[in-house]
Amino acid sequence: MTPDRLRAALRGVPDPQWLDAALRRVATEPAAIPRYFAAAARRCGRGPVPDPPGWTVDEAARALLLTALPGGHATVAETLYREGDAAEKRAVLRALPLLPIGAECVPLLHDAIRTNDTRLVAAALGPYARHLEQPAWRQAVLKCVFAGVPLAVVDGLPDRADGELAQMLAAYAAERHAAGRAMPADATDLLDRLTTTTEA
Amino acid sequence: MRIFDPHIHMTSRTTDDYERMAAAGVRAVVEPAFWLGQPRTGVQSFVDYFDSLIGWEPFRAGQFGVRHHATVALNPKEANDPRCRPVLDVLPRYLDKDGVVAVGEIGYDAMTPAEDAALAGQLALAVAHDLPALVHTPHRDKARGVERTLAVVAESGIAPGRVLIDHLNEVTVDLVRDTGCWLGFSIYPETKMSPPRMVELLKAYGTERMLVNSAADWGRSDPLLTRATGEAMLDAGFDADDVDRVLWRNPVEFYGQSGRLDLTDLEDPAATFAGNSILRGGA
Ligand SMILES: [Zn+2]
Repeated sequence: MTPDRLRAALRGVPDPQWLDAALRRVATEPAAIPRYFAAAARRCGRGPVPDPPGWTVDEAARALLLTALPGGHATVAETLYREGDAAEKRAVLRALPLLPIGAECVPLLHDAIRTNDTRLVAAALGPYARHLEQPAWRQAVLKCVFAGVPLAVVDGLPDRADGELAQMLAAYAAERHAAGRAMPADATDLLDRLTTTTEA
Repeated sequence: MRIFDPHIHMTSRTTDDYERMAAAGVRAVVEPAFWLGQPRTGVQSFVDYFDSLIGWEPFRAGQFGVRHHATVALNPKEANDPRCRPVLDVLPRYLDKDGVVAVGEIGYDAMTPAEDAALAGQLALAVAHDLPALVHTPHRDKARGVERTLAVVAESGIAPGRVLIDHLNEVTVDLVRDTGCWLGFSIYPETKMSPPRMVELLKAYGTERMLVNSAADWGRSDPLLTRATGEAMLDAGFDADDVDRVLWRNPVEFYGQSGRLDLTDLEDPAATFAGNSILRGGA
């Protein structure tokens, strides 16, 4: 994902002047970002963009606002997350892999994964989750299975899933089985794949 | 019957309530920030509460197909506590949020000077943020409280059509009817207002600018009394369009003045996440 691709995705917003002005202002006056960030969904829209898949207009607009900052990305991202509503938090999480930052924002992933808001849990497992420690990442994947979040949201799942995750999934499958409940198909597939790989 | 409850404290209600409300036709609610029964001792408690009103509670409501918006304010009771008054300084940040469709509940409890200042200050915030205001009227000394409220509203310069005066009854309705403000009635199991009394008021005053809410909270209250009022209206000879006006179009028109009411896709029976139901227990 690149800012240019997001910018292209937002060509059809109802009021492109508003977004352009917001991006210019944020580039020169970073302190102005909170109000633009809060207003982005009602000014630009909330529906899905045709491309990139899986992004909505408000997420794309907010991510673009963050990329427009002249510096201090991690600090501003943290403030916007902490002071944001659920949609703003989600947009910050989705923007993290696009920002020139290191692992400073990992605490935001921890916060999102602790919530019971499945949209936040899902948004925390994008490409930036490569900075997440393996035990926390496994717990988050298991939480997706538990809460019915499709595993397709987990970036890099096939490469990162390990034997420990397989054990956790197997134990959870046994628990579900004992309760007469089925596992989600994507979790069963993952478990099958991991078990086959381990045995091979 | 589609129902928009313009005043209900869902934070105090259970998922059973959400299920029963959705089954009764409640598709949208506005949850005003208010007193929690237990007094708060500092600003951070309000911040967590406001965050929940624009974070967790809308998500919880969405799981049952109910659209949730909020109003945010320092309530009159706690405006009297100097430890809580700095809440006024964090309000502007919340008044920018999509889910916040008015300033409220503001108004009077015991009609103190501190309440005067909080009411006037927050009406000014509503004007500055281009938002409507939800004004609670006091339970005690009600008629004088309504008169004083209307005087402060007039002085603030906010357009009367952007103000909802709530918890009215047979005694106070006349004070508000000709001011241009919207009139709110809270239907309670025993106190305040009942469905049959509400129907009489609608017969006498018409359906224009009239709003009916359950104001359900942590006290004895019933989130289905909006529906009961709609049925009582039909029994009394009002038609389905009258009921739709009072229980849906009026609240949509009032809060729609915020420009932030989002009622898209309300036909969906339940929120889904990429096709999967999210109606599950806590993780
Ligand atoms: Zn209330």
